Amino acid sequence: MELLRKYSIFLVFMLFVALSHLTGFASGQAIGSNFISFIKEMVVVLPLMFILVGLFDVWVPRSSIEKHIGQGAGAKGTVLVIILAMLQAGPLYGAFPFAYMLWKKGSSVRNIFTYLGAYSSIKIPMLSFEVGFMGWEFSLLRSAATVPVFIAAAFLMEALLKGKSFEIKNPQ
Amino acid sequence: MYYQAWLNLIVELCKKKMIGLLIFTGTSVLVSFIIDKAKTLKALDKGMRMFFSLLPTLLGLLSAISIVLYFVPNEILIEYMGQGSGAKGWFMSALIGSVALIPGFVAFPLSNMLMQNGVAASNIAVFITTLAMVGVISLPVEARYFGWRISLLRNAVSFAAALAVGLIMAVFL
Repeated sequence: MELLRKYSIFLVFMLFVALSHLTGFASGQAIGSNFISFIKEMVVVLPLMFILVGLFDVWVPRSSIEKHIGQGAGAKGTVLVIILAMLQAGPLYGAFPFAYMLWKKGSSVRNIFTYLGAYSSIKIPMLSFEVGFMGWEFSLLRSAATVPVFIAAAFLMEALLKGKSFEIKNPQ
Repeated sequence: MYYQAWLNLIVELCKKKMIGLLIFTGTSVLVSFIIDKAKTLKALDKGMRMFFSLLPTLLGLLSAISIVLYFVPNEILIEYMGQGSGAKGWFMSALIGSVALIPGFVAFPLSNMLMQNGVAASNIAVFITTLAMVGVISLPVEARYFGWRISLLRNAVSFAAALAVGLIMAVFL
């Protein structure tokens, strides 16, 4: 029952799409194919990301994260967290579980936001796609403009959250 | 029809180079498994647990978006973004990029189309940046990790950051 309640919105939606197909309701069918196009990326990429998060959890000790991207890790920590983010793939919400893991292992607040900035704007799978459609000049310039901006944004987030409670939860 | 969609998915995945992630994850699991079987199983269990705790929220969210997107087709987005450059153009592009939840493999062909239709490169950079960094629609998911206060703050700061990217692009292009 609990499971049914959790998935209620999705189940109602599926029922609607199924009925649209049975009755030939065109708008409902179009909405159904919209859904398919969204879910594609999620269905494949997200489980992979979560597997990596799990592996990261069991293999990377807290002490090494604290040391390399924790408080006072400095510029080296920033570079490290950017490289880590660039190697990943998926939509923005795919980064949150990894951010949770970094936080759990003792990353600094600033590096959490540096990670989210790098993940969302310059990850390699995204760049390769961008170069294909927008060309080298545009992609390089956009990346060059974005890196200092998201690093500055992470500093700003750190300053804004200084002295306030900060926590990343694992949703239950 | 859906069968065809799944077939296309595989083709798209190769094109998207998501296959890289697949190979990377597969190799990691394999190496981990060879070194320590118990640890690897624990990792997989942990990862899948996290995935399934997020899944209902995500499916509900994507259901809602598919309905919204039906009423706001891409053509409307293009029309609004194409209007003017400078402060107004950036702001419109930032607004659309913030609200839209378009996967990268749709966003870049779309940006290419915008470019060919004469939309300023700085507008497109703002659009891509907000699309990537700001997620108004995915806020409910973000809030489950960070809480609402910090999620809203992060999105606001990222919105400003995207406008700054547009400014830098406008100076150089």
